[in-house]
Amino acid sequence: MAVVVFSSALAQHTGGAGRVEIEAARVADLVKALCERYPGLRGHIDKMAVAVDDEVHSDARFVRLKPDSEVHFLPRIGGG
Amino acid sequence: MARMHVETTINGESAEFLCQPGESLLDALRNELNLTGTKEGCNTGDCGACSVMLDGRLVPSCMVLAPEVEGRSVGTIEGVAQGDELHPLQQKFLEHAALQCGICTPGFIVAAKALLEKNPDPTEEEARYWLAGNLCRCTGYDKIIRAVLDTAAEMNGTNGAATNGAAG
Amino acid sequence: MSERKFKQVGTRPIRHDGLEKVTGRANFGADYSLPGMLQGAVLRSPHAHAKIVSIDTSPALEVEGVKAVISGRDFPIPTREGDRQQYGDVPDLANNVIARDKVLYHGHAVAAVAATTIEAAQRGAEKIRVEYEVLPPVLDIESAIAPDAAILHDDLVCQGPAPVPSSPTNVARRTLLSGGDIEQGFADSDVVVEREFTTPMVHQGYIEPHATVVETLENGNVTIWCCTQGPFAVRGLTASVTGIELSKIKVIPSEIGGGFGGKTTIYLEPLAVELSRRSGRPVKLVMSREEVFRATGPTSAGRVRVKMGARKDGRLVAAEVVMYYEAGAFPGSPVGAGCMCALSAYCFDHFVIDGYDVVTTKPRVAAYRAPGAPIAAFGVEQVVDEVAERLGLDPIELRLLNAVQENDVAPYGPKYQAIGFRETLEEARKHPNYSATLGPNQGRGVASGFWFNAGLQSSASVHMNEDGTAIVTTGNPDIGGSRAAQAIMVAEELGIGAEQVVPLVGDTESAGYTDLTGGSRTAYATGMAIIEASQDIVRQLRERAAKIWGVELDGVAWEDGRAVPSNGAASDVEPLNLAEIAAQMGATGGPIVAQAAVSPPMAGPGFATHLCDVEVDQETGKVTVLRYTTVQDAGKAVHPSYVEGQMQGGAAQGIGWALNEEYIFDENGVVENPGFLDYRMPVASDLPMIDTVIVEVANPLHPYGVRGVGETPIVPPLACVANAVAAATGKRFTDLPISPPRVLAAIDGD
Ligand code: FES
Ligand code: FES
Repeated sequence: MAVVVFSSALAQHTGGAGRVEIEAARVADLVKALCERYPGLRGHIDKMAVAVDDEVHSDARFVRLKPDSEVHFLPRIGGG
Repeated sequence: MARMHVETTINGESAEFLCQPGESLLDALRNELNLTGTKEGCNTGDCGACSVMLDGRLVPSCMVLAPEVEGRSVGTIEGVAQGDELHPLQQKFLEHAALQCGICTPGFIVAAKALLEKNPDPTEEEARYWLAGNLCRCTGYDKIIRAVLDTAAEMNGTNGAATNGAAG
Repeated sequence: MSERKFKQVGTRPIRHDGLEKVTGRANFGADYSLPGMLQGAVLRSPHAHAKIVSIDTSPALEVEGVKAVISGRDFPIPTREGDRQQYGDVPDLANNVIARDKVLYHGHAVAAVAATTIEAAQRGAEKIRVEYEVLPPVLDIESAIAPDAAILHDDLVCQGPAPVPSSPTNVARRTLLSGGDIEQGFADSDVVVEREFTTPMVHQGYIEPHATVVETLENGNVTIWCCTQGPFAVRGLTASVTGIELSKIKVIPSEIGGGFGGKTTIYLEPLAVELSRRSGRPVKLVMSREEVFRATGPTSAGRVRVKMGARKDGRLVAAEVVMYYEAGAFPGSPVGAGCMCALSAYCFDHFVIDGYDVVTTKPRVAAYRAPGAPIAAFGVEQVVDEVAERLGLDPIELRLLNAVQENDVAPYGPKYQAIGFRETLEEARKHPNYSATLGPNQGRGVASGFWFNAGLQSSASVHMNEDGTAIVTTGNPDIGGSRAAQAIMVAEELGIGAEQVVPLVGDTESAGYTDLTGGSRTAYATGMAIIEASQDIVRQLRERAAKIWGVELDGVAWEDGRAVPSNGAASDVEPLNLAEIAAQMGATGGPIVAQAAVSPPMAGPGFATHLCDVEVDQETGKVTVLRYTTVQDAGKAVHPSYVEGQMQGGAAQGIGWALNEEYIFDENGVVENPGFLDYRMPVASDLPMIDTVIVEVANPLHPYGVRGVGETPIVPPLACVANAVAAATGKRFTDLPISPPRVLAAIDGD
């Protein structure tokens, strides 16, 4: 199962849980499952950049997850 | 408003154009004569992108009224290369990568050419002060100054003391 | 990858677009003209904050020569539908392009006029009657977050972790990152340094003002010529603002006279489109320098409080950073990125980073080189310096003790892959400028920083000419030599010289979709697409050779631009060079073309360490930069001259930010210095040569190891200069710019 590591800010919506294990094939499925489990996350994590196994994607919806993937949600950044 | 008829010499050839009495030389060059190599960065005399030669003197063309060039001689970036031959400054700017976006480049080349005509062997400091009227936001000036000093060295037949690895 | 021996990568060929640029032939945004073209002028708000009660545009139409007049109400009401996240919020963007109900800064566009001459357009604009209900301006962070502040947007409710206010406010978003136990961290520290820093609003300062020419056809198709970092962004955003179908808009990027992030969005294009639609004529709109300062995106003013604790042995233990960034008129300051950068160069067991995005009645900020990072680094890197001073440690030594490396965890979550931070510190320490002798009133500063380097989408196509030369087309405008780098990559793969490749910037109909030239992504992401397409070309060339020789594909290898027999196949044949194969394209299967598209993850961060020596004039307070050194990890420098150029240019912009540059607003929110005379950017005589050292720690995500290089160079200089001034004067300068009056006041305070 993939492990999602939440920042302290996002953990406000997970009842304080900082690490959550969840079964999902792709990031989009993971986001959906997370929002079902923690409705407060809706509107937050779906607009963020996502790091999957230390690679940061600005649009990660269809990135496949490995059984032991680690996922972080990050603020989106712009560039000059 | 009645447009004025102006006869002048541009890059060694006689030219004529119609302009508004209050029109700048910069606008006349760009809009009436289609010489768009001279650039506008500010229109207030503060950036040097519009540098041209007027009777052998370096001026910001945005600060000159177009009717003032009647009977005088204007030199622009379009006249710097001679036929197929680039001016050594143009060549050195290329070799030293002295341009990034290149919007400031025509102004710098015209201004640097004026410098070398007046002072064929400038020090780094002299080059920096002479070119202080030309803004470049991309390069930090390093490669521009090197290109100018290297051009001077080459034109004087001395060795390019100011070059670094940039010319490769 | 690091084993690969490059033949072209790392060389310094003359850039392909150089000749046009040194002779004045290159066409920039304002250099386009069309027959029958009208000139446009924009009417801008004289107030920083006001409701638009009514607009009467009809008097403008009475001016001779005026052909069309528009105001905000002529545009569709912007909706969030089709919101293209990577470019920000579409309704905000639309309202920034032209105000509809409210003006939010002095210079906010209110109406626009097209006429046969620029004078007529300006006269027409002056005749437009606008009735305003003036509201109090909100001009700094303190007054924006005060309980009785005038609210800019009635529907702005703060997003982010609690506690945040739930009623409308001027705080758009809170970003919070934390780890460990901050109180414990400070308790465990032997020294704690705490300071608050401010930085003013500054502008990218590109020399070319924004410019566009728009032509609309009878069938509703629109062609836009403009100077932009992203033609596809212009297309998408203009479609959103005008309501025109995206496929009816074609954007042709001109040469671009600098952007630094400031040309990643749109200002004039929808106005010119609408004026052209109404007049049935092409319309040109060019900003004056004053308009650029008043009405395009600067970067945020910031307030940063940093508290940092360390142990006696030099180990950094804990840090707390609180940052407020001004977004200007609409939400969207780069405070999120500032949070992600603030402490990410060092390992802290305990940290809190708390950032606030605050709206004020000032121009809406746009991206500016490493958006958000320099402001954070200005605070953090000065405090790191002070910690080193308090502990009696060399500032590079202290940084080396704490520098992040591969597999360390960044405060924002993921682990670093291979990065070159330590290498930049080691190189800086070895550099002769680090041990050069200093005289009286001179001081040396050190600072480090990094930027992420975006991935995003890129495509590239490569095709062969019959003579064996190649053409590569991408959708990335070339801001600083990227075409030369692109040609080098094709040449590397094909085994030919870079001068045998023609690199082109396509328009939105001739190039595949490609995200902005920005985010330091062009050499990295677009480079990946180019390399992939070039490798496809090589495969096709081998196929053609195989056909000519009558062998299987694996009987042909590609070496030095030639097909050579391999695997013992056809060992009696002569190698075929590219020109020989290309000449037979027709007989061997037709044209040789290839394309590739990528959407890679972000490249690993590119770190830099800078050194600065200054002298402080005790009479005038003027700070002179004597030496400046930049050391940066480029991953792999494709064209080292243009990598150095990025390092030098970014450093110069940072030095300007540190010493001179700032927006000055009067109490009504009017910019008092909207020109190059009073907004003073560095000129040649303000700067020394800027020494560069390129470090190459390969980026594991790129086939050559390339990282972006464009943005990192502006991150360290603010703090680097400030640290040098502190060393020269014994005073800490926490407010930018470090201008002569400030320096004198500090010296005289003794
Ligand atoms: S345009 Fe003439 S000096 Fe700037
Ligand atoms: S090269 Fe861009 S302004 Fe000089």
